Parts: sequence; structure tokens; C-alpha cells
Amino acid sequence: MRIVRGLIVLAGLIALWQAIVWITAAEPWMLPGPTDVALAWAAHYQSILSHAALTAAEIVLGLLSGTVLGCSSALIMAYFRPARRWLLPVLVVSQAIPVFALAPILVLWLGYGIVSKVAMATLIIYFPVTAAFHDGLRRTEPGWLDLARTMNAGRWSILWHVRIPAALPALASGLRVATAVAPIGAIVGEWVGSSAGLGYLMLHANARMQVDVMFAALVTLAALAVTLFFIMDTGLRKALPWQPDSAPDND
Amino acid sequence: MPSTETTSAISVNVHSGAVEFDGAVLFEELDVTLPQGRITCLLGTSGVGKSTLLRLISGLETGPSNGGVVLCSDGKPLSGRVALMAQRAFLLPWLNVVDNVLLGSRLRGERQSRDRAKEILADVGLADWANASPDTLSGGMRQRAALARTLMEDRPVVLMDEPFSGLDAITKVRLQNLAARMLKGRTVLLVTHDPLEALRLGDRIHVMAGRPARLDENPLEPEGAAPRDVDDPTVLEAQGVLLRRLAEAAR
Repeated sequence: MRIVRGLIVLAGLIALWQAIVWITAAEPWMLPGPTDVALAWAAHYQSILSHAALTAAEIVLGLLSGTVLGCSSALIMAYFRPARRWLLPVLVVSQAIPVFALAPILVLWLGYGIVSKVAMATLIIYFPVTAAFHDGLRRTEPGWLDLARTMNAGRWSILWHVRIPAALPALASGLRVATAVAPIGAIVGEWVGSSAGLGYLMLHANARMQVDVMFAALVTLAALAVTLFFIMDTGLRKALPWQPDSAPDND
Repeated sequence: MPSTETTSAISVNVHSGAVEFDGAVLFEELDVTLPQGRITCLLGTSGVGKSTLLRLISGLETGPSNGGVVLCSDGKPLSGRVALMAQRAFLLPWLNVVDNVLLGSRLRGERQSRDRAKEILADVGLADWANASPDTLSGGMRQRAALARTLMEDRPVVLMDEPFSGLDAITKVRLQNLAARMLKGRTVLLVTHDPLEALRLGDRIHVMAGRPARLDENPLEPEGAAPRDVDDPTVLEAQGVLLRRLAEAAR
């Protein structure tokens, strides 16, 4: 049902796109129609897919390292009071400075290759992951903690058996946000300096007025992002079956 | 019920118990004795400090302005020898029922005796639910599981904070019978606001009132062994006495 609904939404969006093209009578070099883009995709699919594979690798690696970094920061902040005071400003700064502003510096330092893009994606998801997990770790049900203390559980045992599992639903929310924003980091990194990836392909096509190829790359990026989100969301649901799932529209 | 008999029953004395919240004295110079192997009930209006006294005994109330001496009849500290049962079951939703019963040994990193846990689950009538997830249980079943977890800890002192107050009348009576049977031989403090419950289960019934809160001088000591019948004339008569005391205390 979820897939069918997704397909219907997709068909609706394509129809809307086509309708706009007809109504505005836009020139193909301003807004190519779905069929033009489909043809461009078919003509360049090999190159588009190889660029997409690189962008996907950047996003996934960024997600992995951002998650590891974010979870470690959250754990350290939750368990060492001085670390909380020192890490919190870092966290805020990491979010306050726009990644767009940092992109040129990262490319300068880390080069034109994949590393600077992974760093960008890591940076952009670091805040949502850390904030969500840290919040989850601090909001453990007090009744569970009382129970664990009367059972003579040690600090680390409480962390491992109670606080971390209890914080997983919050971490899952952070990971969903992270999956949605991670592509931004990768693409911005590619725009600023790269020789491959969907972002590079879009700039390259733009410079040559291959607007249909640009759109084909954009559509591929959208499909990639949605697929990643779908995989993450499904995986998290499966991994946390105890998480209460109630929609407010039933209230 | 030889399987739940405790060998080392102890009595507990609290001397000069004191708790302050933001400068407001909840109680001070409060003395209470929990006789060995008996159920002591604590009745009183909401907010009088019953639960706080229970938490003070359990070692969970550890603010700088809290004080008092908790002495055990065998001279050893009480810490590590209490089991806690609260108004809510506080089952961990990511563990199944039997793993929740085994929570104490899991937290302490001890060997887990699954057979013993299953025996206790059978005693409380949850034999078929050992592998169920807590969120599939009814309120009464959840409290049964919490009781099983309490018994699994096999502690000489059991502190219960309104453990049956969220249940319907029939379930409540059944669980009171079960608890009276299973807790025989242990030193129990039962905090409740239900006079009938206190009279069914309590060997000694204190009314706590005032601010700073005090315990009544001459606690009720109903005759006969718990659980006493709901329609026992002496229970009904004592209920009248107890209600009058509560009403006076509330003035």
C-alpha cells in the first residue's frame, strides 16, 4: 500500500510538471518536459548512474561517520559534566555556521575527492544526531532508573541496559532527519569542487546548456534521496518494534 | 510456597527521618518500624509524604537536606536488600516478560536463572506469557509481571508504592491475594490510599498526616492473617475506624 501510494504521488507530480510545461509553454532550455528528461536520462544513463553511485557513497559514508561521531558526542556529553559544557558550544557552532560557507575551506583542506564531501555530509548531520540522542539519553523514565538503582546496577550497566535502549527511539528521529539532509552536504561539496558526482554533473550540464541532462541528474538525486530515506525509515521501524506508533489524527 | 520463603527476614527501623523540598519540611524527626516478616501499611492523603518516606528507606531520596538513620535488626546496611514495586509496572518495553523478570541479574551481570524466573511467572499466573512483549499485557498482568520481578530479586525487604491503585476492583482483589501469598515471610512496607487494601493486607497500619507529617501514636493492628476477606465483619468495622482516623488526620 505504501508503495502504491508512493507511485500515485509520483505520477501526480509528473502530471503536474507536464501541466506546467504546457500551460506556461516554457522553452525546453528553461523547463524541459518529463518526456525530454526521460529521453536525456536514457541517452546518458551510464554516466548518470556512475555519478549517482559516487554521490550515494558520499551520502552513506557521511551518514555512517556522522552517526558514529554524533552518538559518541552524545554519550560523552551525557556522562561527563565538563564535556557537556565544552562540547555544547561546539555543537551549536557546527550548526550556526552554514555548511555552504565551510564547503570551500573543506575542499581546500581535504581535496577534490570523496573525503571533503563525506566531511560535509558528516558535518550537516552531526547536529541532528547528537541533539536527538543526547536528549533521549537524558529523558530516561525515572521509574526505570529507580528500579535499576534498587537492583544495585552500576552506572555503566544502567547506561548499557536502560539509558541507551530507552534513547533509541529519539536517536531514530535524529537519524531520519539526518538521512533527509545528508544529500545536501554531499551535493554542496560537489558544487564547490569536484570532478564527479551528481552535483558535478548538474553544474557540468548547466554550463553546456544541457538542461535536460541537468534535470535527469536532479530526478536521479531525488530518487536516491527518497530511496535512502525509505530504507532508513523501514530499517528503524523493524529495529525498534516497541516504539509506540500512534498518529494524532486518532485522538 | 517454599520456593519464595526467605530465610533472613529482618526488621527495619527508621530514626529521625527528614526530607525537605525547596526549604519546605515534608517531615522531620520521623520514626517508623517495619516489623520482621510483617506487612506495614502507610495510609494518608496525597502529597503527605508517604512515597517520599518509602523512597527515603529505599535509599533513592538522597538530597542534601534529607536525613535519617535506617537501621536493620541484623546491624548490616539495608542497601542491596530492598526490592521496589511501584504504582506502574515499569517493564522495559524492549525486553519480553521473562527478561523483565530477570532484569536484576542482567543489570548486575550475574548468571540468569531462567528456570527460576519461569517458575515465578507460573506462580503469578503468567506462565504462557513468558515470551510476550510487555505492551501486549493488560494492566493487571503487567503488575503481575512486576510482582514476579520483585520476587525474583528475593530480597528480605519489599517496598510497595500503591502497587494496585491503577487496577479495577476485581483485579485488585486478586492481586492483593496473590501478593499476600507470595510475600509471606518478607518485611513489607505498603504505601496505599485505600483503607480496605490496608486492612486486607496490613499487619500494622499507620496513618500519616500533617506538615511536618507525623505517624499516629497507636497504629491499627488487625487480627488474622493476610489476605483478610473483603466481607469479614472485623475488616468492615475496622474500615470505619480507619476512615474516621483518615478524615480527622485530613483536617
